[in-house]
Parts: sequence; structure tokens; C-alpha cells
Amino acid sequence: MSTSVVQSVTCPICGSFCDDLELTIEDGRITKVKNACAMGEAKFLYAPDLKHRWLKPMIRKDEELVEASLEEAVKKAAEVLAEASYPILYGWSSTCCEAIRVGIELAEEVGGVIDNTATVCHGPSLQAVQDVGLPICTLGQVRHRADVIVYWACNPWEAHPRHIERYTYFPDGRFQSSMWRRYLTRWGMLAQRKRILRALSTHPYIKAILPPLARYELSPELFVKGRKLIVIDVRRTRVAEAADYFIQVKPGEDYELLQALRALVRGIELEVDEVAGVPVKLLEEVVDVMISCDFGVIFFGLGLTMSRGKVRNVDLAIKLTEDLNDRSKWLIAPMRGHFNVTGANAVFTWQTGYPFAVDFSRGYPYYNPGETSVVDILLRGDSDAALVVASDPVAHFPKKAVEHLVKNPLVVIDPSKSATSLMADVVIPSAFVGIEAEGTAYRMDFVPLPLKKVVEPPAGLLSDEEILRMILHEVRKIKGVA
Amino acid sequence: MSLSKLKVVLVTGRSIEQGVSKERGKISDEYFQSVATCHMDPDDMKELGVKEGANVRVTTEFGSVVVKAVKSKRTPHKGTVFIPYGPWASIVVNPTTSSVGMPYFKGIPAEVEVAPKEEPILSLRELLRRHFGRG
Amino acid sequence: MMMELLIKNGFVYDPINGIDGERVDIAIKDGRIVERVDERRAEIIDASGMIVMPGGVDLHSHIVGGKVNSGRLLRPEDHRKDYEVKTKVTRSGVGYSIPSTFTTGYRYSRMGYTTVMDPAIAPLKARHAHEELNDTPMIDKGFYPLLGDWWFVLEFIRDGKIEECAAHVAWLISSVKGYAIKLVNPGGLEAWGFGRNVDSIDDPVPYFNITPRDIIRGLCKVNQLLNLPHAIHIHTNNLGKPGNYTTTLDTMKCVEDLAIDDKPIAHVTHCQFNAFKGVNWKTLASGAPEIADYVNKHKHVTLDMGQIIFTDTTTMTADGPFQYILYKLTGNKWVNSDVETETSAGIVPIRYRRASYANAVQWSIGLELALLIKDTWKVYLTTDHPNGGPFTEYPRVIAWLMSRIARERTMKRLNKRAVAKMTLPSIDREYTFYEIAIATRAGPARSLGLKNKGHLGVGADADVAIYDVNPKEVNPSRQYKLVRRAFRRAAYTIKSGEVVVKNGEIVKSMMGDTIWCNIHVMPSLAEDVAKGLKKRFREYWTVEYDNYPIPEKYLSISYPMEIKAKV
Ligand code: SF4
Ligand SMILES: [Zn+2]
Repeated sequence: MSTSVVQSVTCPICGSFCDDLELTIEDGRITKVKNACAMGEAKFLYAPDLKHRWLKPMIRKDEELVEASLEEAVKKAAEVLAEASYPILYGWSSTCCEAIRVGIELAEEVGGVIDNTATVCHGPSLQAVQDVGLPICTLGQVRHRADVIVYWACNPWEAHPRHIERYTYFPDGRFQSSMWRRYLTRWGMLAQRKRILRALSTHPYIKAILPPLARYELSPELFVKGRKLIVIDVRRTRVAEAADYFIQVKPGEDYELLQALRALVRGIELEVDEVAGVPVKLLEEVVDVMISCDFGVIFFGLGLTMSRGKVRNVDLAIKLTEDLNDRSKWLIAPMRGHFNVTGANAVFTWQTGYPFAVDFSRGYPYYNPGETSVVDILLRGDSDAALVVASDPVAHFPKKAVEHLVKNPLVVIDPSKSATSLMADVVIPSAFVGIEAEGTAYRMDFVPLPLKKVVEPPAGLLSDEEILRMILHEVRKIKGVA
Repeated sequence: MSLSKLKVVLVTGRSIEQGVSKERGKISDEYFQSVATCHMDPDDMKELGVKEGANVRVTTEFGSVVVKAVKSKRTPHKGTVFIPYGPWASIVVNPTTSSVGMPYFKGIPAEVEVAPKEEPILSLRELLRRHFGRG
Repeated sequence: MMMELLIKNGFVYDPINGIDGERVDIAIKDGRIVERVDERRAEIIDASGMIVMPGGVDLHSHIVGGKVNSGRLLRPEDHRKDYEVKTKVTRSGVGYSIPSTFTTGYRYSRMGYTTVMDPAIAPLKARHAHEELNDTPMIDKGFYPLLGDWWFVLEFIRDGKIEECAAHVAWLISSVKGYAIKLVNPGGLEAWGFGRNVDSIDDPVPYFNITPRDIIRGLCKVNQLLNLPHAIHIHTNNLGKPGNYTTTLDTMKCVEDLAIDDKPIAHVTHCQFNAFKGVNWKTLASGAPEIADYVNKHKHVTLDMGQIIFTDTTTMTADGPFQYILYKLTGNKWVNSDVETETSAGIVPIRYRRASYANAVQWSIGLELALLIKDTWKVYLTTDHPNGGPFTEYPRVIAWLMSRIARERTMKRLNKRAVAKMTLPSIDREYTFYEIAIATRAGPARSLGLKNKGHLGVGADADVAIYDVNPKEVNPSRQYKLVRRAFRRAAYTIKSGEVVVKNGEIVKSMMGDTIWCNIHVMPSLAEDVAKGLKKRFREYWTVEYDNYPIPEKYLSISYPMEIKAKV
């Protein structure tokens, strides 16, 4: 039996991109994962498992997916794309930049539309950046300097589990130190409070008069020094419970709250007692903290981009950050989620000038979200074929969009089985990039990192990049340009 | 006395269970268990008269889907229900993109009711067959 | 297959070899200039009535990397009006002031440029820069990592450990595959981490107990210890602020005593932006005469122009505090991007207007620098692309340099108050083609220490530009428009011995080299550096030691310059 340990492995799951994982490999299988969160661990331990993967390319014949050779599948995929007049090439966030580069070349060659998953997550954030800009920094800058950290409409504990520990509240930095002690103190009190609450839970009145869980419960000395964590969300998430200030905003009223904060930062008094369900007194106190810090940062999530307001919400959050720079140093960053979606935006941008929703049907890159974004194309029923790479739109797009997607020829390249691959006409299984194939990916703050190949892929499976190159080659053959 | 229908705001999103179970296969039972769920405030559940683990039907202007009711761990959020991203949530979200390319995944007006006996929770394949005629 | 080419009958301008417009045939074989080729076998290019020059060399143009890409992201409106359709040999693309990567390569090549250096890459994001370089065709290229605010540099200089500092810089440049030491507002960027700045070369850097002067001198010594081919490349403190020409003079003076022989040891870049006289924007004036006077008397510095063009463009520098001021001044959209332990960056779109007093003065400063500095080998043509204007406007600058009339025509349309105060109208000097060849290829190549570039001597890289303008018939002073047109679209561009452009169109796509310095310090010192870094890496960065260096295989075509350091 052979055992080896691989260090400094980058986790290919969320935008935190922890690159300090340590994997133990026994007989070509990953058996132990050190330093990862539950999500990271699950990925390395279970994702490569053969039972939820296609091991052979599949082609649909008589309504059933049947095994095919790689050559057949590639040829069929190339035919689908070459014959279509307006194909969409979608996904890209779960693969490496090297594959994305080939994907864009393919989209250009077939005159299709290429879009990545940002279109349904931080697409509005990207559009807001195009409106007003973005003062941002790398995560290490936050670790070293931030004394106020705001999480707005995001849930790092669930979506980016190590974000807080590695970059914001809990790590030590050059100018700031870890807040573990404060958190543990509060956590102890929280547990106590929960016990009391449980005991009294039959008495709603008593529950109502218990003091809110806020900073008043800490010794003032413990509070004054060090970083402060502010959480703004519609739900009391786990990170909210760790916060020094929690602002529970009414669903869909972030815009109003942002406006109120902006006014307060500019020294304008509010004539009301409550905004978006939040007492103005609390807002005033929070704004005081915000303008008197040395370095503040706002991390915002899909709660802002996906609810009422969308682009306007993010515009305003960025504007608020810009205003705050009159008072002290403030930066803002989207909590980019999925694996390499940031890298997809980067590659799209350097090759085509635009971060997503790029239409090549005119022979050059054309971009107009709302028109060239994939959900809109599907809702209009314009596309006549699709290639989906490392993504699962059937599971994540609204029903009406999926209806059109599956009506037309559908090619899927994905390492694992998914709802989308079950609906496909051609499935080409690939190696897991970051586990079975190497590549490059971008952290949420645009720091590029290498992805390692730590084990061999199942026999016969190639990387996304290799498969795409084969399809591109085949398309060129069909078009007589190879 | 419990209500027969509860008017709520539907929020869909990521959860760590979904994140973890996804890696066990997107057509696996774990994944199914974690995303075919509706996370509700216990008070709401009481009002509706549903118990943990019972089936509820969530209906919006855009569709209707049966999922399992579970008590939310992060309370209170009365009047708001949460369904993790996945094929079940997608049946009921608002496809309108208001010309920025992105549908509404959060803040969708919805109704929750106890699911009738003859409407069980569909498995992934059943769901795909029912709604898209393939899978 | 042997590739042989013979360029016949052209008027050759090859300043490094002292050839000034003589008719010389240039023979090419296997990507290099050779003594002669067999005329019967070689492909013949008839360059009669045309100018033949070495391929253009640009030593300061922001073409790749995180900052440039954020600029692309920020400005869809910049791309919509300017796009390139896919052809049989080229990829499509967009962008006027911040073109996409393929388009960047094609446009340089169409102008006869064959080597371009990006001057400002955050080391932590170097991998991104290389990814983009791999997608930038047609040119040889490289970049300068930003080192003037790197914590290791600040700490070692503070502690007086110059040799350790040098060894760490060597590790960094070799690891990220960079080419030269770049300083941007030294000390100011670290201060910007907390929203502050420094205001002179003697203003202490918060928390580090050193001054910009210490950093500049320290890195200048490091550069000498490492035997790097290029001088330290400095974007001075106070850039973009009225009155900053004194900071520039202070910067040049502060390394005066470090000069050995006649070799330049500091390159002050896009000097226009830091040659401002006056106390505010209303009293802005040109500090070019003072700076030119200093440069004329000293041998240890070189400059590039940073000329502005009257157009809509995008400013992007590592100078975070400057960009913030510009954002406040213009009210345009603003990107800031600070990088842990290393540097910062900012981006603000801008339009330079003829009617603006300040912009008109800026325009004159760039040209005055180029015309008042007597020795053309000391000042090179740049627009600090895209800060002063896109590189595609270089032919416009060439016309202004070569023609007094061209300058006067432009001045007629400028802010009157500005013109009334300018020195420029009194300058008669007009560049010759020979001087243009120095300012756009021979000079930058020499300054970069690229021995095979910027000239057409035997053994040089066969990078050649041919322009369809007859120097014996055309008078550039009066017919500057013909000159401008010729330089916009090379009749031929030859890269590594292959014809890649004909009549201003790309006929063949190819990949150039990525040039970088592989610096060798003493093995024991290198070991110490590695050991120390490994131990302390996590204190500084949020990535792992193993994941920081970029393996050579990552570069699509790697061209390392092996350099033996003195330490
Ligand atoms: S936080 Fe994200 S990147 Fe880090 S281990 Fe967890 S899933 Fe992986
Ligand atoms: Zn520059």
C-alpha cells in the first residue's frame, strides 16, 4: 500500500479558495483531508466516487442515454454546435481558466452566446461595477488591517465556511488580531441564554422582555478593543450570532436601509424612528462605529443582488462605501460564490472585454445583459442548441427557462451526474479539475491560484480543457477551416 | 385552530447542508433530502399545523412544488420561508429578469399549505419527468 | 524549414549601429539578422521608397494583469464603439483604451511594434498577468513587479540589510517571472492601506520608520547588487499634483551619488505626470524646462514621456491615493484594488479636453520634455498607455515630435490661457526619423538591456518594421500627416523572421516570448531566503508559500535571461 501526503492543495469549491489543505492519498484514493471545512472535505472524499459519475460518454438514442465512444460523442457534440444557428455555451464556473479559454474560442468559432453562472448570481454586481466602479482589496488586506467588518446579505458560515476564520474576524494580522476570545465569550453567553430561553419558551412574554443579544452583554473593555463585526441580513444566521451588531432588515428593504445609512454617513438626520424594520438609534450607533474606524470593509452577498432592487442595491452599497472614504478607509467586496466563477469573469473579460453574457453571433463580442444573458435567451426561446460545462442549469434555472433549454439539442460536459446531464442528448464525463486535473482558478478577490492534480481520473476520462479542444477541432473540421 | 394556507415570502439560497451533500452527488439521496425542503419558522408551522418532516406544498405565481417542512435553526423569521437552491426551488422561483439577466430567486410572494396525501414529494427523476418530460 | 528573407532597397534607420537612412539590405535567417542570404532562395521584400527600422519597443504600457482587466470590466462603453471582427487568422476583440488581449497584440503589431513591457504587476497576481500574456499574440513581452511597498523591502531597508533585501527581491522576481524593479509612489501605497499618503521623499511611511528616499536608494542599490538589465523604474511620489516637479528632481538627485560609470540607474517614468509646476490646478505650469535641464546635466537617469492625447481614455496606476484624488476631482467611476503586503491600484476613466487649461498644459509638458532634453537616448516615447491615451495614438505623438506645424495646428485649438504660458511655441526642434527610431525602439531596447532588440545588426532578433514613407521625398515637418498614416499601419511587420503584417493587416498570427530575469544569488543566501520565507510566509500573505511562485511551464514561450548577482 502506498501512502502520500500532498500539501498546499487549493480547495475547488467556494470563492474562499483555501489553499492550505493537506490530503492523504492511499492507493490512489484520497482518504484524509486536513484543514478543509465540511464542504471541502466532502468534495475531496466523496466527489470522485464512481457511483455518482458517468464513466462513459453517453448519447441519447430513442429517448434513452446509451454508452458511446469518446470520438462519437465529441463528433456528435461538434455537429450539434456547428449546425446550430444560435447555440448557447453555458456554465464555466466549476472549471479552470485553461478550459474557459478554449470555451470562448469555441463560442467564437460557432458564433454562439457564451455565458457563465455569474449571470444568475453576481451578474447584477458586475453591472453595478460597470455603473459606479468598485473600491476593493485582496482578503489579506482585510486580515491585516480591518477593524470593522460588515457582512451584508450573505451567510459566510454556510456558503464560504472558512472566510471568517481565514480572512476577517478570527485571523491575526499585522495591525489587527484575532477575535476568537470575544466570540467564545459571547458564544458561552449565547448558550446560556438559549438554555434559559428553552426553559421559558412557554412564556412568550418573558421571551420578549429578555434583553437582545448585543454588545451590552460583554464587558466594555473587551468590546472597545479590536475588530468589530456587523451583520446585516433578513435572517438571524449563524454569523449574525457571532456579530457585535446585528441589523435585521425586512426582506426586500435593503435599498431603504442603504439609503438611510448613506444619509447618516453624510451627517443627515433621519426624521423617522425606524427604517426597513430597524430602529434608527441602532443605525446611528453603527454608523458611528463605521466612520470612526481605521479600515472598514463590506462583504455583500446574493441577498442584495437577487432581491428587489438588484443592480440598484449594489450600486448604492458601492456608493455608500465611496462616501465612507471621506471619513476613513473603506472597501467593499462581493462574496463571490461558486468555485471559479471569478476566474470565468476574468477570462471572459480579457478575451472579450465583457465579464459574462457575450454574444459572438456578429463575429465580434457583443454584450447586453437582459438580451444576451442566457436566462433571457431561453425565456425568449431564441437558442437552438446548448453546451453546458460543469454546471447544472436544469436544477437552478427557473422552470420556464429550463423548458426551452431541454427542447433543443443539449450537450453536457461534467465530471458528475446532475439533473442537467440526465436531460442531455450528449454527455461527456470529465475529470474533476483540482482533484484529477490541474489548472488555474481565481479567488473571490481575483487572486489567481493553482489547482493541483492529486489523483488519477477514472480510466478514459479527460479534462474539460482536453474535451473542449477536441470539440473545437471537430467543429473546425466540419466548417472546413481546420 | 390552524390556517389552511399561509401567505409567506419565499427566499431561496445556499445552505451548508446543500453544499456538503452536493459533493455526494447531485442525484444522490443526501442531496435530495437536503434540498427538497422548506425551512420554516416554528411559529409559522404551528399556525399552519404542520409538524417537522411533514409534506407541504409551496405555490407561487410560477408553479407549485411539494417539499418537506423542517424547523428553521435560525429564528425568528416569521412569514419568510427558505428553500435551498435546487430543482425543487427552481419550479417556483420568479423567472422575470427585469433586463439585468437575472431572475428573482429571493423575496417571492408564496403560499404554503399542508400537501394533500395524493401529492408526495417527487424524486429528482419524477420531478424532471413531470415538468420537462424527460430524465 | 529554413526561413530566409531579404529586405531590399529600404532606407534603414538603425541608430544602435549608426545607420541613418542609408540604403542597406537586411538579410534574415531562422529568426535572426544575418550577414547575407541566398537571394535565389530567400523571400524578397521590396522596400524601395520605404523606411526600415527595428521592430518597435515599448518599455511602459499597461496591457495585462489584474488592474488592466478591471479596467476592461469597468468600461463596456469603451468597447462598444471599437471592436475587431474575427478573421481567418485573428481572434475577435474589443476596446479602444483598454483592448482585449488578442486585439492588443494585433494593434501593436500593425504599428510595427514587436516588444512591449507591462510596467506594474502586483506580484501576488502575477499568475493572472502571465495568463493574459499567454493570450497576447504577436509581441515579445514581460512585466515589472511592483516592489516599492513590499513589506519585506520596507523591513530590510529599515534594518539596513541591503543584501538580504536584494536576495529577497531576486527570489520574488525569479519566482513571479518578472523583468525589472518597479516603484510606484514608494511608501505612499503602504500608507494608502489606511487611506493615507506621503507628501515628499522625506515624509516617513506610517508604522515603518523609513522614508521614500530610503526606499528609492535602497532599491537602487539592490538593483545594482543584482546586476539587473534595466534600471529601477520609478513612478515618483506626488504624481499628478501641481508642484510635483520638485519631487521628481528630489527623486533623481537622491540617487545621484550611487551612479557608477555612465550607466543610467534610474528610469523616471511617464514624466509628464510628475513635471507639474504651480501651486494648484489654476496655476498649473510646466516644470519640463527644469527637469530637462537636470537631465541634460546628468547621466544617471532616463525618462519616458507619458504624453497625453486629447481623447477619452482610462487612467490606471498602482498609485491608489492618486487615483482616489482623481476620482474626487472628476466624479467619474472609481476602482481601487489594494493588494496585501505588496501594493495597491486604482482606475478612473478620463477625457482629456483641448479646452481644459490643465489638460492643455499637460499636453505641452510631455512634448517639452522630449524636445528640451538634448540627448534622445535619454527620453522615450510613451503615453503611459492608457493613462495619457491609448498606444494606438503613438503616430500622433510622432507627428508632433517631427513637425512644428503639427504642434502649432494643435495649439490653435487649445485653451488660450494655457498656450499663452507655454514654452513649447518657442521650441523649433523637430525630430528626425533617426531620432524617432531612437525614441521608439533603440532607446527603450538599450534602456531595458535587451541586447538583441532595437537594432538590425547581425545576430539581432529579426524583428523589423517597414513603413511606407519615403524619407527622401516626404518632408515630415510639412507632410506630417503622411508620416502619421505610415506609422499607424506598417507596410510590413516582421516578427522573429516571419512576415506577420502586410499593409497594416495581420497576415499571420504568432506567439512571442515572455522575457523574464532568472536571478542567481549565492546558493547559501538563496537557501536562507527560502527557509525564512517558508517559515514566515503565512504572516504576510493569505496564500501558501508553495502556491506563490509561477512555474516556468506556465509561460507559453519562456525566455529567461540568466543573471548572476553580486550577492
Ligand atoms: S471555505 Fe470554501 S474553499 Fe475553504 S475549505 Fe471550505 S469550501 Fe473549500
Ligand atoms: Zn504607467
